[in-house]
Amino acid sequence: MEFFASLLVSGVSLGGQYALIAIGYTMVYGILRLINFAHGDVFMVSGMIMVYMSTVLPWYVAIPLSVIVTVILGGTIERVAYKPLRSAPRMSVMISAIGVSYLLQNLMTYITAGQPQYYPNNRIPFLSKTVNIFGTPTQWAKLITPVIVVALVVALTYLINRTKVGMAMRAVSKDFETSQLMGIKINSVISTTFIIGSTLAAVGSILYFSNYSVIVPTSGALPGLRAFVAAVVGGIGSIPGAVVGAFVVGICESLIRGTDLATFADAFTFALLIIILVVKPTGLFGEKTTDKV
Amino acid sequence: MKTVLKLEDITMQFGGVVAVNNLSMHVDEGEIVSLIGPNGAGKTTVFNVITGVYEATNGRVSFEENPMLENFPKGKMKTLYAGENAGVYTATMVKTPDKITEMGIARTFQNIRLFKSMTVLENVVTAMHLRRKSNFFTATFMLDRAERKKFVEKAEALLKEVDLFDLKDELATSLPYGKQRRLEIARALATEPKLLLLDEPAAGMNPQETEDLTKFIHSIRDKFGLTIFLIEHHMNLVMDISDRIYVIDFGKQIAEGTPAEIQDNQKVIDAYLGVADNE
Amino acid sequence: MEKTNKKSLVYALAAILCLLLAVSLLENLNLWITVPKWLKPTSMLFTVLKKGAVYSLIAVSLNLLNGFTGLFSLGHAGFMLLGAYTYAIFCTPIDVKTSVFYKYGGSSVNFSFVEMYEKLFGENMLSVSLGVITAMILAGLVAALVAFLIGLPVLRLKSDYLAIATLGFAEIVRALFQWEAPFWGKITNGANMIKGFPKFSDFNIKGANGQVVYYMSTLVPFLFAGACIAIMVLIIRSTHGRAFKAIRDDEIAAEAMGINLAKHKMLSFCTSAFFAGIGGVMYAMYTTTVQAKPFTSALTYEILLIVVIGGIGSVSGSCLASFLFIACSEWWLRFLDKETVIGSFRVPLLRDGFRMVVFSVVIMIIVLFFRRGIMGDKELPDVMRNLGKKISQKKLKAKEGATDENGTEA
Repeated sequence: MEFFASLLVSGVSLGGQYALIAIGYTMVYGILRLINFAHGDVFMVSGMIMVYMSTVLPWYVAIPLSVIVTVILGGTIERVAYKPLRSAPRMSVMISAIGVSYLLQNLMTYITAGQPQYYPNNRIPFLSKTVNIFGTPTQWAKLITPVIVVALVVALTYLINRTKVGMAMRAVSKDFETSQLMGIKINSVISTTFIIGSTLAAVGSILYFSNYSVIVPTSGALPGLRAFVAAVVGGIGSIPGAVVGAFVVGICESLIRGTDLATFADAFTFALLIIILVVKPTGLFGEKTTDKV
Repeated sequence: MKTVLKLEDITMQFGGVVAVNNLSMHVDEGEIVSLIGPNGAGKTTVFNVITGVYEATNGRVSFEENPMLENFPKGKMKTLYAGENAGVYTATMVKTPDKITEMGIARTFQNIRLFKSMTVLENVVTAMHLRRKSNFFTATFMLDRAERKKFVEKAEALLKEVDLFDLKDELATSLPYGKQRRLEIARALATEPKLLLLDEPAAGMNPQETEDLTKFIHSIRDKFGLTIFLIEHHMNLVMDISDRIYVIDFGKQIAEGTPAEIQDNQKVIDAYLGVADNE
Repeated sequence: MEKTNKKSLVYALAAILCLLLAVSLLENLNLWITVPKWLKPTSMLFTVLKKGAVYSLIAVSLNLLNGFTGLFSLGHAGFMLLGAYTYAIFCTPIDVKTSVFYKYGGSSVNFSFVEMYEKLFGENMLSVSLGVITAMILAGLVAALVAFLIGLPVLRLKSDYLAIATLGFAEIVRALFQWEAPFWGKITNGANMIKGFPKFSDFNIKGANGQVVYYMSTLVPFLFAGACIAIMVLIIRSTHGRAFKAIRDDEIAAEAMGINLAKHKMLSFCTSAFFAGIGGVMYAMYTTTVQAKPFTSALTYEILLIVVIGGIGSVSGSCLASFLFIACSEWWLRFLDKETVIGSFRVPLLRDGFRMVVFSVVIMIIVLFFRRGIMGDKELPDVMRNLGKKISQKKLKAKEGATDENGTEA
């Protein structure tokens, strides 16, 4: 029982971390219809930035600064790699995203000289402190993750439903061309989307890596894919969907890792993806669209 | 005279929107029948139902006096259904568009849909794929040389028919608009249809081209023994060419008759000619 | 049209034969004369040629699906893995297996194609070749069968959903082949590697004293890859290939012209998987060991990038790009990884890993600014013919110009 409870706690926190990445995927997909394959790697780079910054800066400077640098990175990627391809076929943009992912991984391998980096847990004391939950020691990071996620999602929902830029985002995701004709500045809307996505990925990266401590250039690939699966499960384009999907994926993964079939944790996640795509391609909260002939 | 195409009580509903409502019509062998109506009346939807792109919510489509497609509201549609004649049809008969083409119904598209990476000749030859006798292995290892030759010769003959033979090695999309439309018709003919559905064949054509098109449609009908069902906005063309005309508005049929009858029909004038600009 | 077809077929065959002959000559030159270092059998040149041939096959098989049928699939690593494992399981000699599978107390597949043929024809090159070819075909069939099963649900999905579903499939396969369950480990050796199966160097013809008398290790991958690519070219040029292109150009129009979408997508998917499976076999022969670990989505991405560099929809482009990609990453750009000092000046940035950074930047430039890649959707013979035409036209013009001048003078 205790074992199960501890699995559940880590599952919920893992789900929360995936949720933060998944929102980035789902928002970009909602607006650009692009699977941003580089998003997982932005998440990884954000962790690396934190590693290097915390060697010279105290955590209360390093954390906000790493978020800012991640946001700049995300925005730059959009400007350089996706914006020139706005009128190109969808396949080209996706390939460009894969190219960016390849570049970020190779760049990080170069910078770190292929050595695994250790996340500065001891320098962020409030996250790595442990408390006893159901008799098992649990890191603070695990406990505050769901709280942070809920707070951020509430803020984001407010932004999207109540503010002008949120309204513009909804319009663009409904109809790209028409909203352009209606005078919405499409580029600033897209940039905003990437800024929000990168911010959440940076926060997610702090929470995720303070749990796992070791970080290598490919660390972002799998969490990124899992978060994407979460976004699809929840119905791509929908933020509450992404959060629910992320908790489903996180909890399932954590429970499976506790059994003999741990090798299949990722396989299960992807099986879930295929089943959802086949049975209900629009996910739990997605909207149906029909093609016009 | 044989009825080639028959629609009975066709209703097409998307969610809560009824695009086509309880439509019945028939096209007899050798006839040229037009379907007209204001923009958004549901004309293309009718074509899409006939060719299997959409699955009708209720009703039956028969081809050459045999039922081809049939459906009735089920699942969520049962409660949502807003059309008429629910409960009359109880069978479900679904066919994919390629099966329907194989039965002998070919179509063109309102917004031209040619294979853009292919030449004019290749576009036509591709449409003969469904009439092939070769299989994957004989075709791969070039044991179908006789058939390849036959297809190319036939395609060339068709291109001569539509006066595009000289352009056969040009990229299809490099052709001017009017010629692309003719190529689309040639491509449809390559599937060896009995019934040809033309979706706005004169769209974007000038009066001279439109006049040529009238002659052209007549000539292919006679030459290939076709029955033709077309959607068109050019009233001159419709009145010149049609044996009969169906008029729909908001998915419902409002008139049927010969060109002369339609011209005098008050309902049509109210719904269509009075509102839209008289072309 | 038929006539030019025949003529181009003859030319193509002649060109392929010349290429094979050249490769064989190059590889064996060291036996007859003293050669510079870069022509020694251990030279990087031959590594690049071998790996390039393997990657060509894999890239063309991906191009068949992504470029010619317009199905954006990212499951290629999975099909390669299936092929590689099928080959390793059915071609590793039985006694080698007992030592390789020590963790599981031997393999439950007590069978090897090579040994089966050896019983029939004796221990010679014929048995090895037949065994390898049989296993290759089996590997392709296994990959194609799995593709069929996975294709039934996923091929209905649209572009990017298909990409992510096939990516997921490849990850599932990889997890499956790392499973450590006893009964399953007896077949796949769990997460451990399988080795001891015939590799390219086993095709070298050896004399009585064990000395190599004729090198085959570069020619063999060229032969296998060449044959497979030739078959794929024939498929692309057949009526089915045209149907694939129609689906890529416009799915709705293709269906309206009587092309059965489900059937043709499946055909393309299974064919692509079949040749990816064979590509996996050759990848295993090149690396000499098989393990699930390297068959990640990163491998698929790498092959996808090769296809993009070569030009989506160009077979010759994919082949050219494969050799270029491998040559750059394994050979020509190696110097970027070495710290270099010229005089007293230490060249900045150069150290381990810099090569891949430069490389990925180049790829990004191609993806962003030269989206058509090396060849676009054209093939090498067409490009050369056009070039020839242009040159002859220029000559003609020059001639005309000359006569004009003469005319005015007179």
